[in-house]
Amino acid sequence: MEYQAKELFSAHGVPGLPGEVVTDPEAAREAAQRLGTAVVVKAQVKTGGRGKAGGVKLATTPDEAAQKAEAILGLDIKGHIVHRVLVTEATDIAAEYYVSLLLDRANRSYLAMASAEGGMEIEQLAVERPDALAKVPVDALRGVDEQTARTIVEAAGFPAAAPAVVVDQVVEVLQQLWTVFVEEDATLVEVNPLVRTPDDRVLALDGKVTLDGNAAFRHPAHEVFVDKSADDPLERAAKEKDLNYVKLDGEVGIIGNGAGLVMSTLDVVAYAGEEFGGVRPANFLDIGGGASAQVMADGLEIILSDPSVRSVFVNVFGGITACDAVANGIVAALQMLEGQGETIDKPLVVRLDGNNAAEGRRILDAAAHDLVELVDTMDDAARRVAELAAQGA
Amino acid sequence: MSIFLSEKSRVVVQGMTGSEGRKHTQRMLAAGTTIVGGVTPGKAGQSVEFDAGTVPVFGSVAEAVAETGADTSVVFVPPRFARGAVVEAVDAQVPLVVVITEGIPVHDTAAFFAYAEQAGTTRIIGPNCPGLISPGRSNAGIIPADIAKAGRIGLVSKSGTLTYQMMYELRDIGFSTCVGIGGDPIVGTTHIDCLQAFSDDPETDAIVMIGEIGGDAEERAAEYIAAHVTKPVVGYVAGFTAPEGKTMGHAGAIISGSAGTAQAKKEALEAVGVRVGKTPSETARLMRAIMGG
Repeated sequence: MEYQAKELFSAHGVPGLPGEVVTDPEAAREAAQRLGTAVVVKAQVKTGGRGKAGGVKLATTPDEAAQKAEAILGLDIKGHIVHRVLVTEATDIAAEYYVSLLLDRANRSYLAMASAEGGMEIEQLAVERPDALAKVPVDALRGVDEQTARTIVEAAGFPAAAPAVVVDQVVEVLQQLWTVFVEEDATLVEVNPLVRTPDDRVLALDGKVTLDGNAAFRHPAHEVFVDKSADDPLERAAKEKDLNYVKLDGEVGIIGNGAGLVMSTLDVVAYAGEEFGGVRPANFLDIGGGASAQVMADGLEIILSDPSVRSVFVNVFGGITACDAVANGIVAALQMLEGQGETIDKPLVVRLDGNNAAEGRRILDAAAHDLVELVDTMDDAARRVAELAAQGA
Repeated sequence: MSIFLSEKSRVVVQGMTGSEGRKHTQRMLAAGTTIVGGVTPGKAGQSVEFDAGTVPVFGSVAEAVAETGADTSVVFVPPRFARGAVVEAVDAQVPLVVVITEGIPVHDTAAFFAYAEQAGTTRIIGPNCPGLISPGRSNAGIIPADIAKAGRIGLVSKSGTLTYQMMYELRDIGFSTCVGIGGDPIVGTTHIDCLQAFSDDPETDAIVMIGEIGGDAEERAAEYIAAHVTKPVVGYVAGFTAPEGKTMGHAGAIISGSAGTAQAKKEALEAVGVRVGKTPSETARLMRAIMGG
């Protein structure tokens, strides 16, 4: 969220305006009092378009700041409820700019994007005025040094649009943002808008930072930024169990191993579902390489507790994972869940191939669970599970 | 021939003394890979017993290369040491470095990739990948060796399990080389690099390319195919049902706005004459028809 990006910016010297994050109107009043200026009260939610939704308001007095905070707190902005507002010094704006640093997958390096024409959504700018948005490759080993920063501002048309004193500050900001990008292990650092004040100061008014989860081990301080909340209760439960789960809106529960195979499983089920009244996958769940009984049980528990699920597809190709371990996992998971007094009434279609598949199938056959059905191929299994979901409707 | 890897490849394993490294060294040896050493800093002079024999441990890649003539390194070291390990292999001018490790910070990958590019002597495959196999010849990574026999199909994929699935579907026709390039946002070897190598490989007759949502690697591969590839290519793309803005397992598998969708990738591939299967099995049937199997 904005205020978190601002904390990271401020830690690396990126110029911005003072502000405080508050959760109630009274605190907003006090914050405005302390700032002693006109303030802007801004909703802190993880989505764009806050201004249009009434989530950003100017207040000239502390009383007014409290009123605006009251109006904004609790708003629903594109499905995100506002629990916090940022009360920040208001400033006059002479011009708005855009700058960002991001990954460049194609060149397996980094890219700087900048525009001397900010103030609109960057996606819109990229479509409507592609010439106004400069994209400059950044060498991973060299980074954004002063020379690279100058190249970026020149490509973005700053020298023509602003006096030298402003251009120099943008050059400085770009180098500071590079420090944020590298030292905080970000995959995206964006300032929109970067503004020029009437007295020619350059300030990062609003921004966004995306942090690389893989780098969490070297940033214990980032722990506070990790969003453990999830709007969906099933996703929340899955997160608590460290499962790689995404809730979707269909009827067929999916468990598989490996991100690619699970994505493919969703597609194959949706494709097969076209024959059965448009049945679709209910979730993405990748149990990864080592499918222990516990992981299988955790996964099955979440999927079976999803009221929209009518049938479940367990699709495993044993590479490193042995299919007999997966089969034992399924049998143990069902026993565990039934032992906890849960009634399992949703059919499971299982497809096992690869490492020890024959033994895996034998284990499931021997267990002879009423609700478990083995199908030989992925496509046939998808068709069967879609059919079962349609019958369960 | 096969690409990148052959029966002549001499492989060192960085992180061989760790549990994953040890387990997969055993499997690679069983698959007939010539493993000439392991590398673990501080453990020079030790050795590890495997079913196929004893493998010496060296303290550095440079030492291992000097002693054994290794030309390939497979990296299993934990994420926080991966950058240093790859840089060490680049410094030792190892021509092929296969990074299996999952969870490497993307800035580390960008840095070691740039370092390797600058050196100009090392190809990196991965990270977060299953590695590559030339069935019956050599196996550098964690792809199960017994899924498919040797043959004349080349396979390139971002996903490990989809690689296995496709190898299984076409196991009787067989593969020259299967390369799992990895699902991270930045990978050392791309679809295009593999398409180029398969195009140049006289022992590869046709190519299966497996992609997934996120980025535009498949679209760029399509452009490359149109301009440079004359061998038949069959494609598969995973993630048609993936919602926007959610990461689907792989760090790189995310649709941002209208970019990176499976539909866009499929259309880009079909526009240049690549037949794209709706399911892995259908994709395999398309390839089977081409190979007359």
